[in-house]
Amino acid sequence: MSQMIRFILNDDYIESSLHPGTVVLDFLRQDQRLTGTKEGCREGDCGACTVLLGEPGAAGGQVVEYRAVNSCLLPLGDVEGKHLVSIEGVNPSTQVDDTVDALPLTPVQQQLVDHGAIQCGFCTPGFVVSLTGYLLSARRWDNEAAVDAVAGNICRCTGYASIKRAIAELLAQLSGSQDSDESTDNPSSGHLERLVALKVVPEYFLTIPRRLQALTAPGLGDPRSRSRTVVAGGTDLFVQKPEELVESSLSFVSKTAELRQIRVDKKRLILGAGICMEEVKDIPALKDRIPQLVAALPLIASVPIRNRATLGGNIVNASPIGDFTIMLLALGAVLGLKNGKGTREVPLDRFFKGYKKLNKKPGELLAWIALPLEEGFFSFEKVSRRRHLDIASVNSAAWISVRDGRIEKARLSAGGVAPIPLFLARSSDCLTGRPFSEELLEQALTLIHEEISPISDVRGSEQYKRLLLRQLVLAHFFKLFPEKLHPEVWI
Amino acid sequence: MKYSDLDLHTRGQARFVDDLPEPEGLLHAVVLSSPAAHGRIIRLDAGKAVETDGVHAVLTADDIPGANEIGTLVADEPLLAEETVHFIGQPVALILADSERQARAALPRIDLEIDELPALVDPREAKARGELIVPPRTFCLGDVEATWKECDLVVEGTVDSGAQEHLYLETQGSLALPGERGTVRVISSTQRPTGVQRVIARLLGLAMHQVEVEVTRLGGAFGGKEDQATAWAALAALGAVIRKAPVKLVLHRQEDMIFTGKRHPYTSDFRIGLNYGGRILAYEVDFYQNAGAAADLSPAILERTLFHCTGSYFVPNVKATAYCCRTNLLPNTAFRGFGGPQGMFVIEAALFKAAVALGMSPAEIQEKNLLEEGDTFPYGMTARGCSAPVCWQEAKSRYDYKETLKRVEEFNTSHVLEKKGLAFMPVCFGISFTNAVLNQGGALVHVYSDGSVSVSTGAVEMGQGVKYKILEVAARVFSIDRKRVKVESTSTLRVANTSPTAASTGTDLNGKATELACRAILERLKGVAAGELGEEDPAKVEILEERIFYDGEKTKLMWEHLIPRVYSRRVNLSAQAHYATPGIHFDKATEKGEPFSYHAYGTAICEVTLDCLRGTYEVDAVRVVHDLGPSLAPDVDLGQAEGGIVQGIGWLTLEEVLYSDQGRLLTGTLSTYKVPDIYHTPRELEVHFLERGENPFGVFNSKAIGEPPFMYGIGVFFALLGAIKAFRPGIDVPITAPLTPERVLMTLYGNRLAELKGLGVENPTGV
Ligand SMILES: Cc1cc2nc3c(=O)[nH]c(=O)nc-3n(C[C@@H](O)[C@@H](O)[C@H](O)COP(=O)(O)OP(=O)(O)OC[C@H]3O[C@@H](n4cnc5c(N)ncnc54)[C@H](O)[C@@H]3O)c2cc1C
Ligand code: FES
Ligand code: FES
Repeated sequence: MSQMIRFILNDDYIESSLHPGTVVLDFLRQDQRLTGTKEGCREGDCGACTVLLGEPGAAGGQVVEYRAVNSCLLPLGDVEGKHLVSIEGVNPSTQVDDTVDALPLTPVQQQLVDHGAIQCGFCTPGFVVSLTGYLLSARRWDNEAAVDAVAGNICRCTGYASIKRAIAELLAQLSGSQDSDESTDNPSSGHLERLVALKVVPEYFLTIPRRLQALTAPGLGDPRSRSRTVVAGGTDLFVQKPEELVESSLSFVSKTAELRQIRVDKKRLILGAGICMEEVKDIPALKDRIPQLVAALPLIASVPIRNRATLGGNIVNASPIGDFTIMLLALGAVLGLKNGKGTREVPLDRFFKGYKKLNKKPGELLAWIALPLEEGFFSFEKVSRRRHLDIASVNSAAWISVRDGRIEKARLSAGGVAPIPLFLARSSDCLTGRPFSEELLEQALTLIHEEISPISDVRGSEQYKRLLLRQLVLAHFFKLFPEKLHPEVWI
Repeated sequence: MKYSDLDLHTRGQARFVDDLPEPEGLLHAVVLSSPAAHGRIIRLDAGKAVETDGVHAVLTADDIPGANEIGTLVADEPLLAEETVHFIGQPVALILADSERQARAALPRIDLEIDELPALVDPREAKARGELIVPPRTFCLGDVEATWKECDLVVEGTVDSGAQEHLYLETQGSLALPGERGTVRVISSTQRPTGVQRVIARLLGLAMHQVEVEVTRLGGAFGGKEDQATAWAALAALGAVIRKAPVKLVLHRQEDMIFTGKRHPYTSDFRIGLNYGGRILAYEVDFYQNAGAAADLSPAILERTLFHCTGSYFVPNVKATAYCCRTNLLPNTAFRGFGGPQGMFVIEAALFKAAVALGMSPAEIQEKNLLEEGDTFPYGMTARGCSAPVCWQEAKSRYDYKETLKRVEEFNTSHVLEKKGLAFMPVCFGISFTNAVLNQGGALVHVYSDGSVSVSTGAVEMGQGVKYKILEVAARVFSIDRKRVKVESTSTLRVANTSPTAASTGTDLNGKATELACRAILERLKGVAAGELGEEDPAKVEILEERIFYDGEKTKLMWEHLIPRVYSRRVNLSAQAHYATPGIHFDKATEKGEPFSYHAYGTAICEVTLDCLRGTYEVDAVRVVHDLGPSLAPDVDLGQAEGGIVQGIGWLTLEEVLYSDQGRLLTGTLSTYKVPDIYHTPRELEVHFLERGENPFGVFNSKAIGEPPFMYGIGVFFALLGAIKAFRPGIDVPITAPLTPERVLMTLYGNRLAELKGLGVENPTGV
């Protein structure tokens, strides 16, 4: 019998002996027979399975931070010591009875009903949970972010118009009661009380911080041991090989506090590899120094995936198209790889040796990613079939510093055009130290085509990817030197 | 909307098949399907699989007691493959185990060897080889041959439209429960309970009364559960009857995508002739429908393509031919619009090309040729209650087309790398099953002695709000509080011989039947009420908001008092009724008749912005005027319109089903097949309903809304072409849907790659 996993599910304390690699969706639907959480895809792409995960956060665990996540990719092991909320826990009257007509709905539920934002209803629990998660996690509500919060929820029936109307009215209804001068970065403990008063979440939520503190997490093993599979966000692992994971021994990155640290050191920003993508938007150094990176977040996956997917996972995953990796390549990132003996540094552009082949020894853990904090221009471009929640056909990033009309330093990267996330070394070199001109750009572009080796696949033909990369690199430079580029020349 | 199940959905309490409590001894079923698109089965040995932990049985075609046949229109589709396989994903065997995981673990242990044969994926090639599922059909009006020489301009072209995955959020599933004496009850996610019942009976060698099929609700269907839900229900029933245990079969998303058919891809050739004034004189079109490996509903879909080949236009001379081509893809199936969109897309393409050739705007030609009252369709029916021109004009003025056009033109002059496009899309869509037999509906209404009302019909709720509309009908006829009425699940025990809930007719047919049943009861109630009131004439009795009136005068008698009186007088409080749409007929020998009870009309104006650097685009607006008639539930209808429009946009822009040359689906996951998300929707989506006229064929004069709005999405395609043209006025744009960012960029730059600066090599294609 394996170790027990202890956590709170809705209002109940749970001790489960299931394998830590069991996905929460199966735990809820099969083990608990809580069928309000729906299965639409098991690959993180539909949002029907969305649940909330509450984790002791600021104020020494006095405040529990809630995030919407996809339960189909969430291993039970990662729920340990946390508060798991399924649709049944969002409205306590749900558990009581469904026979009475006039049971109160939460404002989220009510607005969806009132706006007819429900047709077949299969997607609806997911939308309710995502929106509730948004209200819980955002200290200041705005329409755009609320829409982004449900961008990982697919509805095939409504065409979303009614959902957008419901969201707008929900925020209008609730924000009357919102404290507007509250600091965004400061998770105030009053937030939850307010949501309880507004009946967005039931009262038992107030007892959770105390109850979670009583659960001391024993920790499911040391992530450094060789034989274990390292699970970070699991958003890639649980899509690729869910059957294997229910049988393997796993170690969870989230259990190592060190991997979630952020610090500034010798003009470098050091980000723990276990930081999830969505957290990035709240890192002050990034917000101030590289706002374009933060602005690019909505182009990557969806809120619930970003709530889980880690920077380290994006890199170690070694997908030739990983968005974060492509950005980090252009930003000149250096990796800190750690094993029992110590830490070694590897520049990110030397980390990838071939398709999914890494400069990483067995047992080595990616501990952190260091970014030089330099003044410069940054641009990220991504084109996918669908703009959001889709893998790029081609993506590209550029970091360029300019002094007196001369390019001081340039770093270009591109994804989807080689077996690895590609640092465009030759074209970057070609640009460095030269005054910018259209001729120079043409030279650099020409070099790019010698550096890349795209192949035709479902994300596009080789020819398309070559053309698209040219367009995206042009797009970087249209942003950087709007006055020096003549569009007519390039079309 | 208060009395439908919306609140249940928000709480996660609404149950779908996979949510039902699991009965004792439940076996989980998993399907082994063909890995080859075409071949002979050399070996099928389940010995090892049966020995796997938890596995109870592995069933193959040999285990079927009755007819191994699930085809609806043509008997050409076995439930489980026998000697040959004809597409990848064709079911070959069924594994039954204690848990789903155990069943899946046994899958690779079945030894299946197939001797592969060449696979055919291209419909034109299929036609060339004579691989047609049914003989070709041709609709003619006037004389095209004689007209070509009168035309000032004749334009020809080829048009391709792609397949579309239904992506109902709830995958296909069934739960089969064995009963006494080999009977079986099946809870299925089907739009067509009677069809499933018939197939299961035939398959198991039972009479239909030994098989009950019940549906509570579907998590979306869109046509994808009309014919294609049958196999899974039948497999579960087979397992249940053979193993004498309950069996659940619910497909995983990826299985659903690999196993089930989609909207038919079409490739078509057209020829259109006009005069210089922009009047269409003749139109000839050949449709090649890629039906896949079995007939499914393809011949009926093909027919609807022909019915809609001239779109919303009057064309005096038409010759339209359609080929139902058998290939080694999945059997393609019904999908919102049922072949209509594929037909309408081609004529819109023809008009676009003609406009370019004539130097006119497509809108001008579209408007000139719009259908008018009394015009004849190629199938001989005349347009009655034709609101095509009214909708068009109303859209033009309501959405200030002139101003919009000016704004778009100014934008295009002032922007180099961004262009806007604008397009009209008029829709005319025939309502009724084109297979006349199906135009019947049934209802069973009980008034219980406490005054509560239970209504069962043949209609299946799949999110289209039919339950709510039926409830509305019953409440209106009786004039009682909606709280008193409950609309039941759909069961073949309560309403027999039902038609599929499809063709947008669910409310029309079953609502009418409900109305008839309620009226029959109402008549009896009036008789009793007159007696209770000591009056003579039941005809003078009226119920208004629960109160009984006599001769216009309020009485003390209320519904809740009247009903128990009716019961004590031993008067029947139940009624069953049947409705058959009058007047519908069609003669396939002449290809003429009145296949529709009416047409739905409307017009959309679509606006897009194209990023000509990246090849990406945004839909700025879709603004619609749609003739709906008096609506039974305006909120529901608005939702149907908005949802249909976005689905249509998806079909034409984003949703691309790709197959390898060997017929393997390459886009069988949600990470590779993309449907619209909340961002991929028009920034402005406005739908204005016209409440025009009477529609004697709809309940309370309402009109069907399920399918017609889907086709407004076609306008987005042509708006995009307009934007492309604004960027590259000279180029000849290929008409191939979906217009993905890849297609857009390749259209914008593909023919000048060699001239582009910085593309690196002289011949960047490398070929
Ligand atoms: C619906 C969906 C949408 C997506 N969209 C995008 C997108 O738009 N852009 C994009 O770039 N990606 C996207 N992805 C891919 C996404 O899974 C990865 O980008 C993600 O960053 C992986 O991180 P993770 O923490 O979840 O990794 P995991 O799945 O936990 O791990 C991935 C691999 O890395 C290893 N690993 C993880 N962390 C460490 C560590 N610290 N040290 C050593 N090894 C480690 C694991 O063992 C595993 O082999 C998407 C995925 C899904 C499911
Ligand atoms: S089931 Fe689709 S995202 Fe989890
Ligand atoms: S209501 Fe059907 S998927 Fe959203």
